[in-house]
Amino acid sequence: MRIQLTVNGTRHDVDDVWPGESLLYALRERMGLPGAKNACEQGECGSCTVYLEGVPVCACLVPAGQAHGREVTTVEGLAPEGSGDETALHPVQQAFLEKGAVQCGFCTPGLIVSTHDLLQRNPDPSDPEIREALAGNLCRCTGYEKIMDAVRAAAEALR
Amino acid sequence: MTSTDSIPGAKTGGGRVGDSPLRPDGTLKVTGQFAYSSDLWHEDMCWGVTLRSPHPHARILGIDTTEALATPGVYAVLTADDVPGENAVGLEHLDTPALARDIVRYEGEPVALVAADHPETARRAAKKIVVTYEELPALTDPRRALDPDAPQVHEQGNLVREVTIRRGDASPTAPVVVSLEFEVGMQDQAFLGPESGLAVPAEDGGVDLYVATQWLHVDQAQVCRVLGLPPEKVRLTLAGVGGAFGGREDLSMHVHACLLALRTGKPVKMCYSREESFYGHVHRHPAWLRYEFGAQPDGRLVYGKADILFDGGAYASSTGAVVGNGGTLGLGPYDFPSVHVTARGVYTNNPPCGAMRGFGCVQAAFAHEALMDELAEAVGLDEVEIRALNGMREGDRNITGQLIDSAAPVAELIRTVRDLPLPPERTSTDLRELPGGVSNTTHGEGVVRGIGYAVTYKNVGFSEGFDDYSTARVRLEMSGGEPVVTVHTAAAEVGQGLIAVEQQIARTELGVERVVVHPKDTTVGSGGSTSASRQTYVTGGAVKAACEAVRTTVLARAGQRCGQTGLRLDGDKIVATSGEVVATLVEVLGDDAVEETVERRHRPTRPIDPETGQGDAHVQYAFSAHRAVVDVDVELGLVKVVALDTAQDVGKAINPDAVVGQIQGGSAQGMGLALMEEIVVTDGHVRNPSFTDYLIPTILDMPPMQIEVLEYADPHAPYGVRGVGEPPTISSGPAVAAAVRAATGKALRRVPIRPEHITGT
Ligand code: FES
Ligand code: FES
Repeated sequence: MRIQLTVNGTRHDVDDVWPGESLLYALRERMGLPGAKNACEQGECGSCTVYLEGVPVCACLVPAGQAHGREVTTVEGLAPEGSGDETALHPVQQAFLEKGAVQCGFCTPGLIVSTHDLLQRNPDPSDPEIREALAGNLCRCTGYEKIMDAVRAAAEALR
Repeated sequence: MTSTDSIPGAKTGGGRVGDSPLRPDGTLKVTGQFAYSSDLWHEDMCWGVTLRSPHPHARILGIDTTEALATPGVYAVLTADDVPGENAVGLEHLDTPALARDIVRYEGEPVALVAADHPETARRAAKKIVVTYEELPALTDPRRALDPDAPQVHEQGNLVREVTIRRGDASPTAPVVVSLEFEVGMQDQAFLGPESGLAVPAEDGGVDLYVATQWLHVDQAQVCRVLGLPPEKVRLTLAGVGGAFGGREDLSMHVHACLLALRTGKPVKMCYSREESFYGHVHRHPAWLRYEFGAQPDGRLVYGKADILFDGGAYASSTGAVVGNGGTLGLGPYDFPSVHVTARGVYTNNPPCGAMRGFGCVQAAFAHEALMDELAEAVGLDEVEIRALNGMREGDRNITGQLIDSAAPVAELIRTVRDLPLPPERTSTDLRELPGGVSNTTHGEGVVRGIGYAVTYKNVGFSEGFDDYSTARVRLEMSGGEPVVTVHTAAAEVGQGLIAVEQQIARTELGVERVVVHPKDTTVGSGGSTSASRQTYVTGGAVKAACEAVRTTVLARAGQRCGQTGLRLDGDKIVATSGEVVATLVEVLGDDAVEETVERRHRPTRPIDPETGQGDAHVQYAFSAHRAVVDVDVELGLVKVVALDTAQDVGKAINPDAVVGQIQGGSAQGMGLALMEEIVVTDGHVRNPSFTDYLIPTILDMPPMQIEVLEYADPHAPYGVRGVGEPPTISSGPAVAAAVRAATGKALRRVPIRPEHITGT
């Protein structure tokens, strides 16, 4: 089947999509956007988190067909546009980088989208609120301490 | 696969040794641009999948691939018959078939491969392969492995390795004797990036493999053997690695993708699902441990005895070395006049076990630390002072008779964690701070606090006479009017931060700001394994040595030019002893590059004596201590770790932020084993191959940590470094287990501790 969707502001027409394919597969393998990750493909790790119509979802659980006609934002679409600077980062990305919240980085794209969402809803989250909001994003490398630091720093930068 | 240029604007300092520069790959990682092994794509590529055995032990009577091959979209179906070279791989023993022939020895063993135009086509075709099995009696209890009537997993018998350590009095006695039995469950590395990679057939009949791994060259040797190709035709490049923790030391899809690529003539991508990942790599050995300590009434140790059994599963992997560690390090960082240790690893029809962070020391630590607490109680000392009293010191000999010839601050570490502030008494009834969390299982009633301590140690680098080395190629040249250094090693960056360390060392040694780290591949000599906490020491040391060689060459050239000796390099200037600038780097280098390649070995280690286990088995030891504070709902058996504080001697922190990151992440993995992480295997079948049922700590489970980093330089190591990655994983779990024991008053002789162990239901 053919699906049409807008990803990070760009319209994509994707052909030959097999109905069982997830949005994650379509993004990664058909649209050249491998930023969202595939750590479990069973809705347990959050590494595939993307926005679908502004709501964070596990892209591995969304059938690609369900994204037809809709708008998707991935980690690749968060950096400020139009600055002409290739290395320009969103404050959440900057905070993860500066606070050492990235080791292998496989969890990072999902955590950045989840943090981005949290700070939109709650610009000044308490530590328990941060932990609650990110409970669906597994990280095996960092022990989460520097992720906490990064979220606090990003919140401050965005306020 | 992209080369990482230096990023200016280091967080602190100039990005040299002792600074904490930003990760050179960090921008790519936070923007989603970093190319992990599962992100690779190639024009005209197809997908490979693996068909695995459903049985823990069976004879293969026949494989019918006709229907699978006839499936539209399928390019190839391969079995053991299609292996062109020797069908045998393995880290220590070549006991593992690339594809099973005749016999399968564990559930999940690869039997056949399919390549197709879509992963789903390949999976469906794989299901159409008809394998006829005759089930065989399976050996699934390692404690029966050496019984005379046990099923034989391999022809040579079920013992992989036995190590005995004997020292001091042959039949020691003591006024105070404590003993226990302990059991440790099977832990999974649970790296997030699935096993994956891309094999591209080349015009010369060879293959280029892009893969996530811990040691490119040992992979290359194994792939060559199976393909029957020389190394120059099997070229490996490190793809982005999504964590490793030991689970990428053995081959996974490497050979399989290459076999399919060479057969189809197409690039082949393979990427495991999470379920397949649980079958596709080795795990941490489950262990059964029996310990006895004898002591004087004042608590001073007289002897230590231990009997340790590791379940190696169906293939050896690195079981031999794990047994070596369990034996030589299994009594912990204490001074024992007399020692009697036996460690064994056996074959069974359970999932193969091998390397995981902490390698043989993790299992032993749960037992020796629980027993130290018993001893403390028996002689009336507290948990900290019993450890300080018996802790190893520089100048002591350990249980293999090896002299501890650098810092061994056991007493200081354990007292340091004790003296860190404790978390306040719990007063709030915020559910999020209680065991069970927002599941609303308690409002504080039945919740008891406990505190536990542990101190442990670990060898750094490869041991027992292994030829452990790393190769570094360093090149200095002018580019765009400024000096640029390129560092090329094959040492795997798996997330720990090695590429930053390589840059920091090059900047420090050559005084050049721009340092490019070449992609990791097999066009340079081996970097050795990214394991055993060894890369900063061994590859870092190789980079340092190669930089020194470059510097020597540059200064020799400068000397020839100006006729002076005793020159030094200062930034882009060559300076004479008088302080006078005699030349610039530009003048000396011109259009020429200076390039040096150095292989660096650490001090040799030696095999241990087969009878007594005595010998200088290890190159360096790393020590750490933890204190855990837990709240336990003793009625429901739920545990909340409130604080997990630690002190560790790192010798010299090359990159202090990365050191802290290693300590935090390593501590989380140790805590996971203490409380939640276990691959449940019954009758040889894995029961929980998913993140739904195999639980790793989430951000809700991890408490804040206070971390004290000590830097007692090891005079034998480059910059004085001591390996960092593993110790935290070893001491955190036993501290958590001790805290739960303290809260509940239960013996708790098995980890992970499950709610029913606490409630006794
Ligand atoms: S990949 Fe989607 S939740 Fe893990
Ligand atoms: S940084 Fe590796 S999983 Fe989070």
